[in-house]
Amino acid sequence: MASHDINELVEEAQGGDHRAFEELVRRTYADTYTLAFRLTGDEEDARDVVQETYLRVHKSLKKFRGDAQFGTWIHRITANCASTLLGRRSRHRHDEIDDEIQLADDHPSRDPEQRADVGELRNQLTDALRGLPPKLRAVVVLRDIYDLPHEAIADELGISETAAKVRLHRARKRLRERLYPLAGDVSHDSESEEVGRAV
Amino acid sequence: MQCDEVSLLLAATVDDEPLGMPATRHVSTCLHCQAEVVQYRKLRRALAAMRHDLVADDEFLPDLLEVLRPPADVTRLHGGRRRAYLSGIAAAATAGAAGAIVLASKISKTRLAS
Repeated sequence: MASHDINELVEEAQGGDHRAFEELVRRTYADTYTLAFRLTGDEEDARDVVQETYLRVHKSLKKFRGDAQFGTWIHRITANCASTLLGRRSRHRHDEIDDEIQLADDHPSRDPEQRADVGELRNQLTDALRGLPPKLRAVVVLRDIYDLPHEAIADELGISETAAKVRLHRARKRLRERLYPLAGDVSHDSESEEVGRAV
Repeated sequence: MQCDEVSLLLAATVDDEPLGMPATRHVSTCLHCQAEVVQYRKLRRALAAMRHDLVADDEFLPDLLEVLRPPADVTRLHGGRRRAYLSGIAAAATAGAAGAIVLASKISKTRLAS
């Protein structure tokens, strides 16, 4: 079983071999958990999302036809589960996309590349991602880290492709302003009206 | 065009989306916006480099596998649990057989008496 590649395991799991399915879970778990954690920003939420993801994978495995890579298929399901969880939560908290979470920049005048190694930049980026509102974070994580197409992101998040792009651009702008600030960067408030109309 | 008018559009340049003529004309003469485009490219590279960083939570994997395990899958039970499961089935079968024998003997005695 350990020597099987992912496609062989998928075929065996589709044929009802639960050991093959378990091996698939073992091989994809770390990646799925990482995505879930990046989308939710919380360990407990990430566990809930991962569990729901694999339950859905198990339920719909026979429908997987191999048009996309198995990993990409799981990413899409993970994104959908995280979106459902975060959507449910935001309805409870009235957490709208225009809630402004100000990103505190401890060292706005210094260029991260000049003063930090790759690890520090990575940490700053991780912090900056966690500081984004969940709806913006989801889009930039799925597009810029996991390279999902705009159409797939829009499908899984239940929004239009245009809205997905607008959220992506807003998210990138906030991250850029935090990590690579330029003199004369405008505040978030000045763009929110325009973006609100576009979404 | 002003910098703040093209600002959000610049975030799309890393996807090779066209800016449109007015914005392109502005960026071609604006050092601030050109710098911003460069920073977006750096940001995109930094994000892409995170793809293979994994967040570890190995403690949850055994619990997850347990949740996903089919309830009646005896072949997946190991060691003590499997022995206990098989012993239970054997005990139940033995008790059932003994009960059937007792019942059958009672019925035959009743028939003989009548």
